[in-house]
Amino acid sequence: MEANNKEQHIGYGTYILVWLSLLVFTSITVTVAGVNLGRYTLFIALLIAAIKSGLVINIFMHIKFDEPIFKVFIALSGFTLFIVFILTFFDILYR
Amino acid sequence: MANGTIAMTDLPVPKAEKSFFEQSTNKHSGILSWLLTTDHKRIGLMYMFGIISFFLVGAIIGLLMRLELLSPGGKIFSAQTYNSLFTLHGVIMIFLFIIPGIPAIFGNFFLPIQIGARDVAFPRLNLLSWYVYIVGAILALTSLFLPGGPIDTGWTFYIPYSVRSGSNVSLAIFAAFILGFSSILTGINFVTTTHRLRAPGMSFFKMPLFVWATYATAWIQIIATPVIAITILLVIIERAFGVGIFDPALGGDPVLYQHMFWIYSHPAVYIMILPAMGVVSEIIPTFARRTIFGYKQIAYSSLAIAFIGYLVWGHHMFSSGQSDTSNWIFSLLTFLVALPSGVKIFNWVATMYKGSIDPQPPFLWVMSFIVLFSIGGLTGLVLGALATDIHLTDTYFVVAHFHYVMFGGTGTIFIAAFHYWFPKMFGKMYNLKFAKIAVVTYFIGFNMLYFPKFIMGYLGMPRRYYDYLPMYTPYQRISTYGSWILVSTLFFIVGYFIHAYFRGKKATSNPWGGVTLEWHIPSPPPVENFKVIPVITHDPYDFSQLKEMKDE
Ligand code: HEM
Ligand SMILES: [Cu+2]
Repeated sequence: MEANNKEQHIGYGTYILVWLSLLVFTSITVTVAGVNLGRYTLFIALLIAAIKSGLVINIFMHIKFDEPIFKVFIALSGFTLFIVFILTFFDILYR
Repeated sequence: MANGTIAMTDLPVPKAEKSFFEQSTNKHSGILSWLLTTDHKRIGLMYMFGIISFFLVGAIIGLLMRLELLSPGGKIFSAQTYNSLFTLHGVIMIFLFIIPGIPAIFGNFFLPIQIGARDVAFPRLNLLSWYVYIVGAILALTSLFLPGGPIDTGWTFYIPYSVRSGSNVSLAIFAAFILGFSSILTGINFVTTTHRLRAPGMSFFKMPLFVWATYATAWIQIIATPVIAITILLVIIERAFGVGIFDPALGGDPVLYQHMFWIYSHPAVYIMILPAMGVVSEIIPTFARRTIFGYKQIAYSSLAIAFIGYLVWGHHMFSSGQSDTSNWIFSLLTFLVALPSGVKIFNWVATMYKGSIDPQPPFLWVMSFIVLFSIGGLTGLVLGALATDIHLTDTYFVVAHFHYVMFGGTGTIFIAAFHYWFPKMFGKMYNLKFAKIAVVTYFIGFNMLYFPKFIMGYLGMPRRYYDYLPMYTPYQRISTYGSWILVSTLFFIVGYFIHAYFRGKKATSNPWGGVTLEWHIPSPPPVENFKVIPVITHDPYDFSQLKEMKDE
């Protein structure tokens, strides 16, 4: 919206590229779900999801091009989420 | 938009200042000037009507449950009706009263004023969040009357019963889903307002502590609420399609549901209590005529509570079958979260030490809070310890504990906040003698109602039962008598406030001798709060300002 937004630098090409890679990641997730990888299944699914949300947040939501304060906020929220995962795994792994 | 307030300083201001009651922010007058308003004060008052109505409805349901429990034998309601009553009572009190309560009314009204702004950052979003709240409430009401009947799962909607129950679970929890959005929108508005609209000179460490608390709360609203939203959607999907995420019969994991529910609902208890703590930090300095002790520690402890609040949810699940490793980790973390709360209690008491205390009603309500909340907090530690929790979980001890923290803590401060800010909001003073009587009867009624529940819980009385063994009769009796005293006090309070609104004496702009910004402007405030945006030079609780304020 405002002048300090450098979004003009990304063209349609990038958007389409990101979109295609999201599709690819989704199909990987679906395929992997059918393969029995034991305890790595969950880990791989989470890893792919993390990469996908990284792309969406940075490119589609323009956070990459925005003021640092937004990055700090998102990093803090992500960190909280990460800790929540760790704590949940203390149950899942040791039950 | 970013620094809008500063740019607006040199707008022409009408000579004779009208209050926000008299001047509309849109071209309408009458009811439309309220329903379409973007004024944060009017929106705060619209929330007030909704929230207080639901609070009274919830209180009456509580009264009815207590009536059923007056004597053993289950005479008034069937078991099924009782199930629906405690569920409705819980849902109303949690989602429609205590979570929005202080932020939506007092946060909306006072956060912009206390930082020297003319409104919140997104006034129209603010109005939208009120409508979202109302839509959520209407959906919840609708679910009561549709075939299937009112929801009967308890306010925690635990799987597997919430998948099996034939009552209107899906619509009722969808209402909670909608209400969550209202909470998120309010949170976004407050965070942005605090970052962008502070008056010149108002650095973060010059902000009143109520602003700090509301700010920390807003972050929890933004980060935690989406978790309950997802959880609710998954339950609805589970009910509709039987996917097998949570339902053990389909290979799902019911404990996962409890994790997701409490990942939101424990932080939510801080959504409830933090704003209340902020109000306490406003009231105590004003009536002790002394700057707050340990301003920075209180400010940081709000942030610390907001953060550590994410790490303790498993203490609701000690008997759920989660791993022993989780049990001891969550128990340990729970004891840690007591520390920042302890910091606050210590600082409040230290503020009063050697102050010149003026025991006006708002201050007396805060004293009542400190006692009730301390009982609630300390019994929380009993439940946070593994061995004792196994004995007490799902008994009346828990019911007593959470009423002491939520009602004795946040509920009491909700009332205190009205006693503190009513003259500013409405420009009228209430009857101080009535208010002092109400504190006393409230305190007596409250302890009669809930203290016996600690004892009953210890003796083994389970929660959510419509009947009991004769051995509990004396305690149940006292509890029910207490509910009569307490609920009549609530209506008495509403009564003298309504009387004050119509017949009360005019209030001055600073009846208590407060120094934060809201006491520098007329009562009730004009539409845009400040003629000229103030430049902040004082610390928030610097009472040396009182002399200069005389000439304002
Ligand atoms: C106004 C007077 C009130 C009375 C007489 C009252 C009474 C009760 C009673 C009798 C129960 C059921 C106990 C059981 O059988 O397990 C209950 C449950 C509950 N109350 Fe209250 N209460 C009052 C106010 C409040 C307030 C202000 C809040 C919240 C801020 C609150 C939150 C709850 C919750 C969350 C439950 C649990 C519902 C469930 O088990 O699903 N109550 N209350
Ligand atoms: Cu908790």
